[in-house]
Amino acid sequence: MGLIQSYRLRLQRRRWLIRAFRKRRELKAMSDHTAQVKPDDILCFTTMRNEKVRLPYFLKYYRDQGVDHFFIVDNDSGDGSLEYLMEQPDVSVWHTNKSYKRARFGVDWLNWLQMKYAHGHWALVVDPDEFLIYPFCDTRPIRALTDWLDASSIKSFSAMLLDMYPKGRIDAQPYREGQNPLEITSWFDAGNYMINKNKKFGNLWIQGGPRARTFFKDKPEKAPALNKIPLVKWDRKYAYVSSTHMLLPRGLNLVYDEWGGEKASGVLLHTKFLDTFTQKAAEELERRQHYSASVEYRAYAESLKDNPDLWCKWSEKYINWRQLEILGLMSKGNWA
Amino acid sequence: MSTVGIIMLVHTAFERAEQLARHWNAAGCPVVIHVDEAVSTKAFSAFKTKLSDLEDIRFSSRHRCEWGSWGIVAATQEAGELMLARFPDVQHVYLASGSCLPLRPVEELIDYLAERPNTDFIESATTADVPWTVGGLDEERFTLRFPFSWKRHRILFDGYVALQRKLRFSRKMPNGLTPHMGSQWWCLTRQTLSSILEDPDRKLYDRYFKRVWIPDESYFQTLARQRSQKIESRSLTLSKFDFQGKPHIFYDDHLQLLRRSDCFVARKIWPHANRLYEVFLSTKDSPANRTEPNPGKIDRIFAKAVDRRTRGRPGLYMQSRFPNHGWENGTTSGQYSVLQGFADLFEDFEPWFAKATGARVHGHLFAPDRAHYAGAQGVINGALSDSALVRDYNPRAFLTSLIWNTRGERQCFQFGPADNQDLTWTMAGDPNAQISVISGAWAVPLFRSNKNFSELRAEAADLQKIESEFLNVLRSPHSKARIRIWTMADFIENPMEHLQTILDEIGFKSLRRLAEAPKMNDLTGFGQFLQNLKNQGMHPYLMGDFPVVGNPVGVQYPTPKPYLVKK
Repeated sequence: MGLIQSYRLRLQRRRWLIRAFRKRRELKAMSDHTAQVKPDDILCFTTMRNEKVRLPYFLKYYRDQGVDHFFIVDNDSGDGSLEYLMEQPDVSVWHTNKSYKRARFGVDWLNWLQMKYAHGHWALVVDPDEFLIYPFCDTRPIRALTDWLDASSIKSFSAMLLDMYPKGRIDAQPYREGQNPLEITSWFDAGNYMINKNKKFGNLWIQGGPRARTFFKDKPEKAPALNKIPLVKWDRKYAYVSSTHMLLPRGLNLVYDEWGGEKASGVLLHTKFLDTFTQKAAEELERRQHYSASVEYRAYAESLKDNPDLWCKWSEKYINWRQLEILGLMSKGNWA
Repeated sequence: MSTVGIIMLVHTAFERAEQLARHWNAAGCPVVIHVDEAVSTKAFSAFKTKLSDLEDIRFSSRHRCEWGSWGIVAATQEAGELMLARFPDVQHVYLASGSCLPLRPVEELIDYLAERPNTDFIESATTADVPWTVGGLDEERFTLRFPFSWKRHRILFDGYVALQRKLRFSRKMPNGLTPHMGSQWWCLTRQTLSSILEDPDRKLYDRYFKRVWIPDESYFQTLARQRSQKIESRSLTLSKFDFQGKPHIFYDDHLQLLRRSDCFVARKIWPHANRLYEVFLSTKDSPANRTEPNPGKIDRIFAKAVDRRTRGRPGLYMQSRFPNHGWENGTTSGQYSVLQGFADLFEDFEPWFAKATGARVHGHLFAPDRAHYAGAQGVINGALSDSALVRDYNPRAFLTSLIWNTRGERQCFQFGPADNQDLTWTMAGDPNAQISVISGAWAVPLFRSNKNFSELRAEAADLQKIESEFLNVLRSPHSKARIRIWTMADFIENPMEHLQTILDEIGFKSLRRLAEAPKMNDLTGFGQFLQNLKNQGMHPYLMGDFPVVGNPVGVQYPTPKPYLVKK
């Protein structure tokens, strides 16, 4: 990469940081427990809207993994999410009623919070419907992973988005608050992923899975990106560029080995396709606050009308991380 | 007091270090502790106070122990001197760290060493003979000087190495020593250790080793070779290193593995591995007749981990493995067969071939309308869809996924000039591919179709051009696949023999040899058809020569007892 290109990316990173700084005024702290954060705490950053039903299990899942503090931006929920979060001792929550889209789908808000609070910490950025799986997650807490990453001088950890879905109609089984969503959405596509390299930012661009197979079979190039780098040893100079798909400086995007080896990686189990989804899709279609005029939600709405079943004969049922490792969706790398 | 003295090097996780010091001490071992100078005075004195209730614990004066630098050796030297001076009963000195964990009762270690009073346990090998070093500095560790910190001043470090190489700078070992290297964690006898520390030439050696790269892995290892009566070149501390030279870390889930290893001490233990500390620091009894350490299984697990990191799984493309072109270590994960022209020439070729090979035989996977999977499935292993659009969006991912998803089952598929040709180079360059082509066989379906002749002519011209390009690819010097090309005329002269060659290479062990041939399409009038094309100015040449009148040579229905034909 030439000097000019590298300088351009540097400018771009500055721009995102300035933008995040300006967007700070859109956030109003509703419950601020950030004083309890200790120097080596592992932090989780989330932005959400109307996810009350998912929050209890979400918080439990990551507390059990060893996340010490949650930073949540509530984008004007009307379902009691905010009130619920304000009761939690390890959650600091900010409220905003500004445009999700104009905050670049929440990235600006979280960039700001991370700039302010995550410097020097391991920071995990996930949505309430994403559950991180990493090698040995059933026997080792997340601190074991971050300690190992530190010892190996690795600053960013990749976890691809794996879309989970139920067998049968998406709306067939109702989700109860506090329930493990994987009890319902326990199926996934094991081997239909397509990877391209993004030359400019150095990240991989992964598409595929059930959404490409069903919603986007006529326009695969429009299928949503599945590559994610949600766990980063944060520095205030870092910035997420587009969702957690890529970051700047671009070295953080090199989470893959180019010489035939495998780096350690995890998976984000994406439990979007619960019974709540149909309603959410309709609502988001109306709000038009999502990526490229909610093209994704339009595709969903169309396909879901007639046959909302993502399951097929070759769907794989989720068991544990070792299964995902064997299938080649994630890797232990040299962690043993 | 026991005859084994423990030197502990500590720089972090003081609670664990305290636990360990108490554990060693409870078994009667005197302990000398060195705490890194980088640790704050406050933390150090707190640590010291906590251990003040124990006898036979000494703290040696503190040095800065930066990785790869002399500090660690200096610290060890002083702690050793202190140990020898203060505890005259000590016969063996065991060098351990704050993240080492004894896996067997300390008494067993004491007995083990008491039975071998003159043996030094120190891993020590000449540099020339071992490939341990990471980063290319092996011989040069000793011949160059390393005044700069690798961790903090990498540029200076690298620059100075490069400069010395350029100037052909080279140092000589003092007194003609032979450099040896090995694990930092040793256990030396009083005689050996004291003779190293009291050597009249020690100043000379120290001065030399101060500028050696990672002297803690070579200072004692080299000098012990001069002094020792009996060296066992192995460490009693189980310590594995990964490909970057960093120690592997043990967690709670390694419990059984560590238990069965029968090693005395393991490092490095994750400080939060509560269960390991709980179990190993409390066991008093030990299974009977344990003798020698046996870390074989742990070795294998860590060797596999390093292999996974450096070589990966061939044919896998995923979020953390995306090799540059040429570095894949195998484009695909398994062998597969590409068959061009066979399905055109034979009726119902696919089921026949599936029966003969035991493999999964697909139709045209790269057909323009969709991927024709075996059994007309819409989706196949791994939920790979048959959509042509999705496939053509990234054909390479389609092929590699298909082969990866069906690991353990051989895949065969039909290919042809009407199909997507994006992958011709990929397949031709893939040693896993077996590509068999009957050139010109695409003309058979045209011949049997009922289209207008002008359409046929145009189509034939296209197909011939595409196939000819494919053949050029296959014949290029870059192709690595196992490739066989016959003209159609050659092939039908003796189809069974050619088919048998392909089948033999696939290697399916059928009990019977081929008894039944696939049925060839009726080619009566095919020669005339080709002639008609020629008359229209479109010369089909890929199929070889066919007589204008009558059946082509060699076509017999059915082939009688082909095994008699084969020599």
